Amino acid sequence: MSKNKSEYLINRKDNQYEVVIGLEVHAQVTSDSKLFSTSSTKFGAEPNTQVSLVDAAFPGMLPVINEFCVKQAIKTGIGLNAKINKRSVFDRKNYFYADLPQGYQISQFKDPIVGEGKVILDMPEGQKEVGIERLHLEQDAGKSIHDIDPDNTLVDLNRSGVALMEIVSKPDLRSPDEVSAYIKKLRSIMRYLGTCDGNMQEGSLRADVNVSVRLKGSKDFGTRCEIKNVNSIKFMQSAIDYEANRQVDLIEEGKIIDQETRLFDTKKNETRSMRSKEDAHDYRYFPDPDLLPLEVSDEFIEKLKSDIPELPDDKKKRFINEFKLSPYEATILVSDIEIAKYFEQVVAKMGKNRDIKLAVNWITGELFALLNSKNLEISQSPISAKNLSILINLIKNGTISGKIAKTVFEHMIDGDQDPQKIVQEKGLKQQSDPKALEALIDKIINDNREKAIEYKNGKEKLFGFFVGQAMKASGGKANPQLINEILKKKL
Amino acid sequence: MTDIPKQTLSELINNIKTKKISSEEATKAFIDRSEKSRKLNAYITDSFDRAIKKAKQFDQNPNFDLKLPGIPIAVKDLFCTKDIKTTAGSKILNNFIPTYESTVTQNIWNEGAILLGKLNCDEFAMGSSNETSYFGNVQSPIDENLVPGGSSGGSASALAANLTPVTIGTDTGGSIRQPASFTGTVGLKPTYGSCSRYGIVAFASSLDQAGPMSQNVKDCAILNEVISSYDEKDSTSVDFKRGKYSVELSKNIKGKKIGIPKEYRVDGMPKEIEELWQKGINFAKDCGAEIIDISLPHTTYALPTYYIVAPAEASSNLARYDGVKYGFRSKGDNLIDMYEKTRSEGFGSEVQRRIMIGTYVLSSGYYDAYYLKAQKVRNLIKNDFDEAYKKVDAILTPSTPSSAFKIGEKKDDPVSMYLNDIFTVPVNLAGLPGISIPAGHDKKGYPLGLQIIGKAFDEQNILNIAYSMEEKINFKNKIADWWIK
Amino acid sequence: MTIDLKTIKHIAKLSRISVDDEKAKKLAGDLNSIFDFIEKLNELKTDQIKPLTSIAETSLKLRNDEIKSQNMREEIIKNSPEKNEDYFVVPKVIE
Repeated sequence: MSKNKSEYLINRKDNQYEVVIGLEVHAQVTSDSKLFSTSSTKFGAEPNTQVSLVDAAFPGMLPVINEFCVKQAIKTGIGLNAKINKRSVFDRKNYFYADLPQGYQISQFKDPIVGEGKVILDMPEGQKEVGIERLHLEQDAGKSIHDIDPDNTLVDLNRSGVALMEIVSKPDLRSPDEVSAYIKKLRSIMRYLGTCDGNMQEGSLRADVNVSVRLKGSKDFGTRCEIKNVNSIKFMQSAIDYEANRQVDLIEEGKIIDQETRLFDTKKNETRSMRSKEDAHDYRYFPDPDLLPLEVSDEFIEKLKSDIPELPDDKKKRFINEFKLSPYEATILVSDIEIAKYFEQVVAKMGKNRDIKLAVNWITGELFALLNSKNLEISQSPISAKNLSILINLIKNGTISGKIAKTVFEHMIDGDQDPQKIVQEKGLKQQSDPKALEALIDKIINDNREKAIEYKNGKEKLFGFFVGQAMKASGGKANPQLINEILKKKL
Repeated sequence: MTDIPKQTLSELINNIKTKKISSEEATKAFIDRSEKSRKLNAYITDSFDRAIKKAKQFDQNPNFDLKLPGIPIAVKDLFCTKDIKTTAGSKILNNFIPTYESTVTQNIWNEGAILLGKLNCDEFAMGSSNETSYFGNVQSPIDENLVPGGSSGGSASALAANLTPVTIGTDTGGSIRQPASFTGTVGLKPTYGSCSRYGIVAFASSLDQAGPMSQNVKDCAILNEVISSYDEKDSTSVDFKRGKYSVELSKNIKGKKIGIPKEYRVDGMPKEIEELWQKGINFAKDCGAEIIDISLPHTTYALPTYYIVAPAEASSNLARYDGVKYGFRSKGDNLIDMYEKTRSEGFGSEVQRRIMIGTYVLSSGYYDAYYLKAQKVRNLIKNDFDEAYKKVDAILTPSTPSSAFKIGEKKDDPVSMYLNDIFTVPVNLAGLPGISIPAGHDKKGYPLGLQIIGKAFDEQNILNIAYSMEEKINFKNKIADWWIK
Repeated sequence: MTIDLKTIKHIAKLSRISVDDEKAKKLAGDLNSIFDFIEKLNELKTDQIKPLTSIAETSLKLRNDEIKSQNMREEIIKNSPEKNEDYFVVPKVIE
């Protein structure tokens, strides 16, 4: 392994500590209806309008499992290079809470649908493998709302029963940066697979973060604390940073770390103990007698395998081989399925004389800057892949210069216009007629005789002055290469 | 013509089909008798006005092709009925009105039947004497202050007292067969997965099964044919080929092998039960069956197993009664306080006791010793039956270890109450069908029943054996209408 | 085996059932007699026996991913003891 520049260590006096992190990611399964009921999973509906009798746990109501959610979990397992368990069991996790109408959550405890797997992270110092312990299916809970009614807590069950995949990593992560890379990678894989939209703002992806610290070089694990339900990468990183330092401080003071569940306070940027939940820790898991073990056949799994699209790691390899991209460029372009799609569409539409390098530069440069400034996803890009490919071809075939292209790009934003039309209408076509350019240059030399003489006497810097004058005179449309050639000849 | 309420289901169907009586007449006759029988406390909720309206509607536009044309039927209050209060015998559901219908009751209405009302039962079907109901004890029509059995006590009482021509109950450990045995009626617990559990207030999901209760075996077959159906809304419902039980009913059981399990000869079993069993064996022989001694070696472990599995599932199934979505709620200082007050005021003591047992056997440190152990023993019990069924077609046992007892007699001794179910519980644990038929009286004149246990999905076979034996036994219930002045 | 009062109170807490000392004593008596009877299972050696989790002789059926229940808020909330047209209501929860 290469020397790790970005190694995350906590230093105290003579001691160096490393932090050990494992994540339990809760990813909402993309599906129309819920895991065990037929109500909608759509985000943002009016409270309690997507609640069935099953979701609200009416007497005599029974769960019936959604096949699509099962497929989604298996596909995700395949994407995580994991073992698919042909037999899995749904258990009840029993506890009382306002937003848990059944008084238990249907989850998978002993026999999850997906077993061990791994994901590869691209870190600045190289690749890192993170082990996956398991993936299981479970129901989401409802939502308690504390700030509408001053005297009561209100409960909205729209989320109740929505399918979640809990993806448990091995304690392989060692820094907030790795956690960030890991979440992004999971998100990317699931978006490629279409199994989770990864929308952290809407709560489609959240994580419980297990943190412990130990002296660098030690093989033993320290006592871990679990930080519950963190819903952004930034918060995860801050929470880990705070929690690791807190634990190191305790050790340095000779104190003991309690194994406990903690909450991240996003306002104070610190974690605190959730003692209130402590007596609820005996979940009394047992197999749900309303359901039978879930059994899937080899054919079922094989069929899903054959439907798996090219995933980011493979796509990256192909981009490097096929398009001669640098690993860095490839990593950026495959990081999100929509970016990769856009890039591949641009490449496909550029045709035979394509300039891949130019395409990469335009997408990661101008286009990303545009999306950033407007706070848009690439799928909402005001400029279509088709029109961007045309623009790039116009540069490539010399119709316009790179500089003019930027002007054209500005115009394209408004209504995704065809760049050819813009060039035509605004008369932005590059001047490449040598005769016309010669006349133009003759006039410039004539008007600046003294400078021309100085140049001939060795003041070579003045060459740029003449290029500038020529471009200015042409309204920026002159072919810069031709200008250079003619100037050299004439001066 | 016999007094309408005393007619069997088959007679009623026939009389309605041949227009000898109208649905309205039949309905009114049962309502009239029910009104006179309030003392039995068999009903929790009646829907008599609605029933008469429905009966009139039926008469105006009759469909005689249906299997239960215009027949009024009262059902156990564990079945959710749309727009009709459903309580499960509990204070915690005292004011609950479902907006949906259980599959089993829907099947009955689809065949033309009309709901008379909701019958009393032990709270959440937890009991063997109907004494745990929030709505009070049920009197057995057999004798004053006698329990009708439980948990389908209101059903058994109403049926035996001719307040309903047939009824449906639910059976988790004997809750159909034991009250049938106590009241001289027929009760069938179908194979697990035969009747949908959708819309039935759950007690123990892996054991609960709805079933018919009737005056005779033929009526039992008719009703079972109606209620047994595959249901996509219940993941444990089994899609097997269901027979036309009443059409295929036959008294010919020549050559059928009937097993007699020696382990059912339990210590302290009253002599009259022993004698009844022997009488049953002789009748079966007379019917042409071959009697074979068999062994079900783990029988003695069934009850302890049941009292782990059923409370464990119940403790979780009853967690939803928390005062938030429906039913009774008590004021509390905070969420936990509200939960605790609601549940300790809303549940009766037997239900609380079973929730406690269930929570304990699932709790950390005890799971393996109790719950997992019980699941393993359950497998052994099922294997006993599998082995036995390699040699025999059905098994004959007494239904209960004693006849009915007086109200209050066993109330304070849970274990002695639980022992009531000793012969019925193994059948639920193994998921098999079992039928109790009346077979005689004890010296007090109280009915005693025999149980015929079948192979999974072999309801037709045990119905046939019961049908054949019924004729030979020729049981007559001794009911003197003591509660009607 | 005896279940003591402390255990009874712990189990009651997990079950969300309130018990005072008197009730706890009564429950301890009941549960102990029931467990004495349950202990009979210890006579059996079951190390090699597989647990039976489901008795239904069928496999788990999977349903299609279809939305069948539409907005039924009124129906869902109608039976709730605290009146609010949009939400279920519980005593204030402080996190």
